[in-house]
Amino acid sequence: MLSIDRDTRDAILAHARREHPDEACGVVAGAEGSDRPARLLPMRNAARSPTFYEFDSADLLQLYQEMAAKDEEPVVIYHSHTATEAYPSRTDVTYASEPNAHYVLVSTRAADVDEFRSFRIVDGVVTEEPVEVVESYA
Amino acid sequence: MAIEVKIPTILRTYTAGAKAVDGSGETLSALIDDLDASHPGIKGRLITDDGGLHRFVNVYVNDEDVRFTGSLDTALKDGDAVTILPAVAGG
Repeated sequence: MLSIDRDTRDAILAHARREHPDEACGVVAGAEGSDRPARLLPMRNAARSPTFYEFDSADLLQLYQEMAAKDEEPVVIYHSHTATEAYPSRTDVTYASEPNAHYVLVSTRAADVDEFRSFRIVDGVVTEEPVEVVESYA
Repeated sequence: MAIEVKIPTILRTYTAGAKAVDGSGETLSALIDDLDASHPGIKGRLITDDGGLHRFVNVYVNDEDVRFTGSLDTALKDGDAVTILPAVAGG
C-alpha cells in the first residue's frame, strides 16, 4: 500500500495538469527504509512528449546525489499519461528499475476526473496497490 | 589503481548489498570486466548483447555522462569516481 499525504498527492495531480498535453514526471523522496514519501521533487521531462518521459541525465545524477547526501531514496516515482489510463505501459515496465519504489501513475485524459494509482513494478511484474491518502503525518 | 563505483539499488544483489565497490581498469569497458570478475553477472545488466552500453542505465565518470565522453572507451585513472544509475523513463 502507498500512504501519501493529501498535499503531496494534490501537488502531483497539479503538476500533471500543468504539463498537459506533455507527460509530467518526478519523485517523492523519503528517508531510506521509511516508505514515507516526504519531499516532492518535480522533474523536467527531457523528452517533452505526450507519450514519453525521461529524466535528463544530469538532473538524474544531481537528484540521486542529493538524496544520497540526505540518506533518502525515491519512495515514489510518478509520471502522467495524457491520453490513456493511469496504468503502466509496456515501456514503463521495461524501464522500471527501482524495486522499492511505488510507481504512481496519473492520467490527465479527462479534464474533470483525477486518476491517481500506485503500482509495484518488480522484474517486469506489475502489481497495483491501494493508495491511502492521509491529511498529514503526525 | 582503485576506482570507486557507486552501485544502484537494483544491482546491489550482485554486490552483497554494497552501495559502492572498488574496481580497476584503464577504460570503462575494462572496469566493467573487472567488476564482473568480482561480481559475476553485473556486466550483463550494463552491456547489451551487441556490446554497447544498455540504454536503461546511465554511467557517469566524475559526474560526466559517459555518452558524451566516449561511452565504454572512456578513459579512467586512479581516483576516478564512477556512478551507475538506472534511467528513469517510460511512456
